Amino acid sequence: MSENITKESIIKEENCVYKRTNLLVDKALSYCPGCGHGTAHRLLMEVLEEMNIQSETIGIAPVGCAVLAYEFLDIDMQQAAHGRAPAVATAVKRLMPEKFVFTYQGDGDLAAIGTAETIHACNRGENITIIFINNGIYGMTGGQMAPTTLPGMKSSTSPYGREVETMGNPLKMTELVAQLPGTYYVTRQSVHTPGNVRKAKKALRKAMENQKLNKGLSFVEIVSNCNSGWKMTPVQSNKWMEENMFPFYPLGDIKVPVE
Amino acid sequence: MKELRLMKGNEAIAEAAIRCGADGYFGYPITPQSEVLEYLMAERPYEKTGMVVLQAESEVAAINMVYGGAACGKKVLTSSSSPGISLKQEGISYIAGAELPCVIVNVVRGGPGLGTIQPSQSDYFQAVKGGGHGDYRLIVLAPASVQEMADFVKLGFDLAFKYRNPAMILTDGVIGQMMEKVELFESQPRLTKEEILKQTPWATVGKTPDRERNIVTSLILDSAIQEQHVNKLRDKYIEIEKNEVRYEKIQCDDAEYLFVAFGSSARICQKAVDMGRAKGIKVGLLRPITLFPFPKQVLFELADQVKGILDVEMNLGQMVEDVRLAVNGKVKVEHYGRYGGMIPSPDEVLLALENQIIGGK
Amino acid sequence: MTEEIIIAGFGGQGVLSMGKILAYSGVMQNKEVSWMPSYGPEMRGGTANVTVIVSDERISSPVVNSFDTAIILNQQSMDKFEGNVKPGGLLVYDGNGITKHPTRKDINIYRVDANDEASKRGMLKVFNMIILGGFLKLKPIVAPEFIHKGLEKSLPKRHHGLIPDNEKAIDIGKEIIYPVNLLN
Repeated sequence: MSENITKESIIKEENCVYKRTNLLVDKALSYCPGCGHGTAHRLLMEVLEEMNIQSETIGIAPVGCAVLAYEFLDIDMQQAAHGRAPAVATAVKRLMPEKFVFTYQGDGDLAAIGTAETIHACNRGENITIIFINNGIYGMTGGQMAPTTLPGMKSSTSPYGREVETMGNPLKMTELVAQLPGTYYVTRQSVHTPGNVRKAKKALRKAMENQKLNKGLSFVEIVSNCNSGWKMTPVQSNKWMEENMFPFYPLGDIKVPVE
Repeated sequence: MKELRLMKGNEAIAEAAIRCGADGYFGYPITPQSEVLEYLMAERPYEKTGMVVLQAESEVAAINMVYGGAACGKKVLTSSSSPGISLKQEGISYIAGAELPCVIVNVVRGGPGLGTIQPSQSDYFQAVKGGGHGDYRLIVLAPASVQEMADFVKLGFDLAFKYRNPAMILTDGVIGQMMEKVELFESQPRLTKEEILKQTPWATVGKTPDRERNIVTSLILDSAIQEQHVNKLRDKYIEIEKNEVRYEKIQCDDAEYLFVAFGSSARICQKAVDMGRAKGIKVGLLRPITLFPFPKQVLFELADQVKGILDVEMNLGQMVEDVRLAVNGKVKVEHYGRYGGMIPSPDEVLLALENQIIGGK
Repeated sequence: MTEEIIIAGFGGQGVLSMGKILAYSGVMQNKEVSWMPSYGPEMRGGTANVTVIVSDERISSPVVNSFDTAIILNQQSMDKFEGNVKPGGLLVYDGNGITKHPTRKDINIYRVDANDEASKRGMLKVFNMIILGGFLKLKPIVAPEFIHKGLEKSLPKRHHGLIPDNEKAIDIGKEIIYPVNLLN
């Protein structure tokens, strides 16, 4: 029987249960296999497609692994200087309040060099969405310590593990910005299981929808793996993330709008 | 209908921004230019023209807001003074790399470091030779009056959009803080969405089905393509040097000696010219209005006519290097400078001409 | 006509605003003017000064180091600027707080005790206009009707009720100024 099953016999419209979003450019991602960025990109583009706001959305790419996000997302995008995406997005939104504006930033970008821009955009309650990919390491530059690197965690600049006495504590930016009156919706998600993917997508949808309400900033952290930087297989890295990252960065909503 | 007002240079910058239909100003307070933001906040243009005015958390944030706004095809500007302009340099480099039009005002104070808040011209190199990293040029305008402060905001935007290049107004605490009469040009409306689409089809305003997505970036990882990009920038700078040189010649026709000075120094030299002429010294003044592009050709020609040139700047001698390059050894070029916030007086400048050029060997 | 004036005193004495009113009045009379202040922290309680130039011709340098007139309101400014009055020029000062009076013999020196007069009359708010009045008596570089227009332009609308007081103060200054040293 098996000789009757061909690729052509399977790929048929009626068999289609899931389709790649049109808003992802048909191009191989530059991210390492197993990395969460690809899934986060896809979810975001699915949300924009479902909301039908491709023509009204401007995205701001960071410096870091996602510096080339504009290569993959089929929307108008700007590439910001390291850490400055929230300032760039502030101006875009202020000058075109009718548009949807998001930043997509990693932990080094958002929580180290761009701390001031992040906190002040949140505190001003800019009506934008900040998407924060936290994998506890500088992936692009080759695995150096990030502001969110866990205590004891090894990186190329903390080769014996992060010693908090000398290297400081990991920064919980998401909890921090939740304290600010300017943030409207603050949540922490992950994209390592189908269930989490669904939840993360809902959070992204909510964050983008919130821009219509003009009530402040929506902040979505996605705790992600960096199998290359952590020097693990993708499967190992997801397990390590569950066992080590989630206890320190617990998933779930941190600040939800009160109606 | 032109309107006559008595105003500070810094206020003229702000008023001109509103009048030329600017879409946004992003700044951070620093002496001696805080009046720009103060004036805008008092005028509330966001209620009249819809212009956005925002006090950013830092100069760094402000210049990146300018980047974001300019990338949307909007007419945006920022202003600061020397230490703040240093902070903006990363952003300025990105803006130059991504070829975005904007206006940056530097009301220079004496440095290095925190320096003084008093006037200086010690940021000439930074403005004209680069400032940030990478191969790029700013269009640099040097106003010498409050009138030019207003006019050059408009001119700066015109040139910035014409060449897709950041334009800097390089001025100092003298021009920023003093009041003079200004004839304000008539207000022009902000561009509509349709006009922006036409003027800046590359702007990130939302991808519509009729076009490919617009990407504003200064990142080109492929060296061969990066080299092509820098070549394109070079060609643009050559074009700017060909078309946009501006200068003022004062009493140069019969001049045997020449002052070269820009901005407030040029005003001081202008008085020194009058004083010198009263004493029978045939002296003239060449005032570069554009510092990039630098008025090389006119200096090269004047060098055949005069016996010596005194370059006067409120710094240790920066523009003098460009003067010497232009003159190319044809005639003696000396520098006279005051710095650290000190301003030379006209008689002091005339004396320097007499000592260093006329009497000098 | 070109008149180069320095007005100097303590921050808060109305030095800058006196210069502003003079400059605005000049504009109203269709003259060229420049107003160049000292600025920065020294304004807050320390000394403040402003160079005002009123001219019939285009003003070249707004920065000068010798003046046709110096209007001096405290000792520090006296120490700093007495020597910068052009020979044959004018120095006007308020005697209040002056311990070392001006000594130059090659300039005209006038005194106007505006501070005392203003306290006596309860007019401290317009003390600086008494000084300006004294100066204008000696050098009427702008006509009274243009001073009125200058006041209208430089004072915010909510203070326009004070214009008569300002003009009265100018008249008082013209009355009480007296010479200390006169050139022939």
